Amino acid sequence: MSSIAKPKILTQKTERNALGLTRLDYEGGMSTLCAGCGHDSITAAIVQAFFEMALPPHRAVKLSGIGCSSKTTAYFVSQAHGFNAVHGRMPAVAAGANAAHKDLTYIGVSGDGDSLSIGLGQLCHAIRRNVHMLYVLENNGVYGLTKGQFSASSDRGSKSKYGVPNQEGPIDSISLALALGCSFVARSFSGDKEQLVPLVMAGLKHRGFAFIDVLSPCVTFNDHEGSTKSYTFIRKSRHEVTAAGFVPIQPEIAATYAPGSVQSVTMHDGTTMYLRKVAEGYDPTNRAGALGYLREHADRGEVPTGLLYINENDPDLHERERTAATPLRDLPFESLCPGGEALDRMMDEYL
Amino acid sequence: MSGNGRPARSKASEEEVPNRVNDFAFKIATVNGTGSASANGLILKVIYRMGIPVSGKNVFPSNIQGLPTWYEVRVNKSGHVARMPRFDLIVAMNPSTYSQDVSAVESGGWILYDDSWPLSKSLIRPDVTYIGVPLARICVEKFAGARARILMKNIAYVGALAALIGMDKEIIKQQLEETFSHKKAMLDSNFKALALGYDYAREHFAPLPIQLEQVEPDGEYIMMDGNTAAALGCVYAGATVGAWYPITPATSLMDNFSDLCKRFRTEPDGTRRYVFLQAEDELAAAGMVIGAGWMGARAFTSTAGPGIDLMSEFIGLAYYAEIPGVFFDIQRTGPSTGMPTRTQQGDLLSIAYASHGDTMHIALFPSSPEECFYLSVQAFDLAERFQTPVFVVSDLDIGMNDWRTPRLRWDSAYRWDRGKVFREAELAQIKTFARYLDVDGDGIAARTLPGVSAKGAYFTRGSGHDKYGRYTEDEDGYQEVVDRLVKKLETARAVLPGPVIERKAGTVAGLVCLGSSELACREAIDILAERGHPVDLMRLRAFPFSAEVDAFLRQHEIVFVVDQNRDGQLRTLLVNDTSVEKAKLRSVRHYSGTPLSADHVLKGVLPVLEPISDDAAGTDVSEPSRLPA
Repeated sequence: MSSIAKPKILTQKTERNALGLTRLDYEGGMSTLCAGCGHDSITAAIVQAFFEMALPPHRAVKLSGIGCSSKTTAYFVSQAHGFNAVHGRMPAVAAGANAAHKDLTYIGVSGDGDSLSIGLGQLCHAIRRNVHMLYVLENNGVYGLTKGQFSASSDRGSKSKYGVPNQEGPIDSISLALALGCSFVARSFSGDKEQLVPLVMAGLKHRGFAFIDVLSPCVTFNDHEGSTKSYTFIRKSRHEVTAAGFVPIQPEIAATYAPGSVQSVTMHDGTTMYLRKVAEGYDPTNRAGALGYLREHADRGEVPTGLLYINENDPDLHERERTAATPLRDLPFESLCPGGEALDRMMDEYL
Repeated sequence: MSGNGRPARSKASEEEVPNRVNDFAFKIATVNGTGSASANGLILKVIYRMGIPVSGKNVFPSNIQGLPTWYEVRVNKSGHVARMPRFDLIVAMNPSTYSQDVSAVESGGWILYDDSWPLSKSLIRPDVTYIGVPLARICVEKFAGARARILMKNIAYVGALAALIGMDKEIIKQQLEETFSHKKAMLDSNFKALALGYDYAREHFAPLPIQLEQVEPDGEYIMMDGNTAAALGCVYAGATVGAWYPITPATSLMDNFSDLCKRFRTEPDGTRRYVFLQAEDELAAAGMVIGAGWMGARAFTSTAGPGIDLMSEFIGLAYYAEIPGVFFDIQRTGPSTGMPTRTQQGDLLSIAYASHGDTMHIALFPSSPEECFYLSVQAFDLAERFQTPVFVVSDLDIGMNDWRTPRLRWDSAYRWDRGKVFREAELAQIKTFARYLDVDGDGIAARTLPGVSAKGAYFTRGSGHDKYGRYTEDEDGYQEVVDRLVKKLETARAVLPGPVIERKAGTVAGLVCLGSSELACREAIDILAERGHPVDLMRLRAFPFSAEVDAFLRQHEIVFVVDQNRDGQLRTLLVNDTSVEKAKLRSVRHYSGTPLSADHVLKGVLPVLEPISDDAAGTDVSEPSRLPA
């Protein structure tokens, strides 16, 4: 969507990553969102994660649907191809793109309207299909671009900007993702970059569909008294439980934690992630346990955040479909067309 | 040979009537889910193997088991095998449709029925001959088990039919041997049932005056349905991503693609050079095709009218963001759910301008399975060359019925046309890449593929964009891009498959058709010529229409436009997309759900060419008429 080119000014002290790139190389156009929008913080976290992981910018693919959140793919990694699909249908475009090229880094950005209303079906089926991508749902509980209607993630009783309480119950994306067997489920908050950056990194490394719901207040339409998606309310109700920080810490750092409080997870690319547990006894590899925990805390008015569930062994679309090592779009014609002789032999079966 | 009003128990009358050889039509009425489809397919294949031009039209219910189904066979030595709605013979195997079937046979014709039970008096017509064969009784006596008895009854009627109309018994046996080469017991049962029907009919009835005789075919043919041929085209074109949602009558295209890929694109270790995505709905299927096309793979979907409706928003995106993709529409009878197992050409308008806003799409119209193959290969080239959705518009008749069609051949010199794609080498030669810049004036801008080069990165969007690919709300910036899209389609217009035109001497009238209407139109034109009305034929193969199409319309005083839909959609397209005067175009429409027949065409054309004729009764006739020979 609309964007303004950002001035690129480098100072001598600018930090460079393993590819010799700076953070600026991972930025995009200037955001046109409202000042203070949670989405811009998420964009910054994505830039940081890409930078830290030293991902080649042109090997990334950014996809989104329609809405404020979906605009943000224009605001990071401008050296990657981006795609604003139609409203709620980004997952299908992502699945098709991923089917055609399995070796790129796919990141999809969507919102609660795009993902939980018009695109609910597409989100569910992308999870089922386990498309290898990071899917970030920027959740503000409100329709911003159309000026303040409740969304499907608005809590019952949460008040609109005009003081009207929401009557309908919410769809909780996290419970939904867990119920559908999503292989990576996390929740975070746009105001907590320390938690969010490692989660984005982990999501990018995850083999399969990584889902992160990021509570991201809308400063214009949903940041008032009585809203359950305001900065104040989220800060108060947030319960950094579980795998609060999913931090790629070095082994020597992990050793400083109390025994049993760090769990290691081997990611598909061979990297080991160390998961620092905040809540005692929480096991992010236990789906049923995660669902129960969420339910229990939701009843107390708490919103657990962090990496809630991970399963690195769920085959993604390509493993399931047993596609060739070469991305499909790069296969030469000769390997795809059976040729004249084969056709002639086949015709004999139709005589 | 007239009937006596009573079921014929003795040998049919042998009064001297010259045999009608290789020129008649018959219909088989059965119950679906009872195995009759295999028996009917066998009949078609055997006649085809006798070298005789033949067609089989499956008129089936949207149901799995227990409802009436018909199979219509026409043999015609001159190759006129469009649907013939006047039947010389009915094989009436379904008591629940007896009365309808008895009335469907032509006067002087025959009704082959199962006389294990007596025929109700109300079903007796004085002008037809009844041929009763106790098929159920014979099968109950000779076979054990309900299923075998039901299945074998079908083969028994094939046997009876073989005796009556001269189907070659050896070819039948040969065909059965091929089908049951690994099932000896089944083969034996089939042979036994065949002999039972054949022998009974031979013993009790003389062969009918409608006879089949083996001939040498005039070329090399295969027997194939359009969906198989189209799927083969996808494989040969190098398509690697097929995304779809199941829908009649498009399902078998994807089933075939999957089967063909297992055969041609799968390594012994199971590695595949394709992905087959069954989407959650047609919206997702379209999105997947667009995602894969954007990524640089050849991708396609197969659907029918209701699917096109759901895909429309994505189609508009692909048009505006300029993303290739091939969309097969196997048309069925609309509107809404309509009649899913009946045919029509009802999607022409919705495809030509699918999606909101100003859009226009390339559509190709195959008229046979053979053309489904060649045009589907071409569709992928056009989609990538013009970076836009391309529709292959087939229908249920072509897609699902087996057709006798010329043997498919492959030109080994063929290489795919990937269109203007800038890779690193091309990008190195330019200062900056701009996605929608028309450098060489043909309306086509170069695209880049993700993952290749940072220099080629751009943002794809369905929102307003300028020629540099930037978001815009600027009036000139927006308009420049949508104007170029018009130019691009104008470039396409000149290179799309042109119309097939056949001219006769001294014509004033022309006839325009597309797709599965061709055979019926050709037959009608032959009949018209015999009656002293030479008519030129133009079969369209693509939309938008070329200058040649425009010229043909201008050259004729009267132009008949044949549509298999109620509203004359092709006529509307011609009015909209050519310079023709509207009044010149006479609409001939058939839209009852059955394939078009020459009768339908003549019913619309004759009142204009022979205005004093008794047939001057309107044009849009859905019921078959009885025309003078």
